Amino acid sequence: MTSHFWLMALYAFFVSLVFAVLLRDDPREQLKTGGMMLGGFIVAAYVVSWLMYPFPL
Amino acid sequence: MGTKSTTAERQRASAEPGRLLLVCGLAWLVPGAGHLIAGRRRKGLIFLVALPLMFAIGLWLQGRLFPLEISDPLVFLGAIANRGIGAPYFVAKLMDAGAGTVTAVSYEYGNTFLMTAGLLNFLVILDAFDITMGRK
Repeated sequence: MTSHFWLMALYAFFVSLVFAVLLRDDPREQLKTGGMMLGGFIVAAYVVSWLMYPFPL
Repeated sequence: MGTKSTTAERQRASAEPGRLLLVCGLAWLVPGAGHLIAGRRRKGLIFLVALPLMFAIGLWLQGRLFPLEISDPLVFLGAIANRGIGAPYFVAKLMDAGAGTVTAVSYEYGNTFLMTAGLLNFLVILDAFDITMGRK
């Protein structure tokens, strides 16, 4: 399992899960918060990776 | 409002230093145990599964469990983060896991999973502390 995307998505899933459960008490609210965080992580990763694209290392 | 403060006061009265120490100690040793003791079973079970699983994935990705080296501040901070997970750290050490393979593609991911699992458990401990104090 060496796909950067899937490893990042897996990481984002765990972090979103723990934060959603910590921050919200109601299961529906937890699902909503967790989903928004997970989506935010993945979209942010895509945006940042495309922003870095023109800069060769 | 009045009922809420009464409940909080009742819980605060039961938050003796010994119980607080027990809750925080157990919450560190077994992720989610603090919530289970405080009666938040669903939350406790989620932490009990998610955090050790995240730690195990970090080991599987060939991450490293850092030594407590004060001379190297970043390694030292990483070591503190690693130890935040509690019992799974000691189990991994007993099994000689967490040596870390620097050449592995997933090495840095492994380190990130291992450290984040410990840091998230620190937050879970703080939450258990707040619940026991009657703040939540």
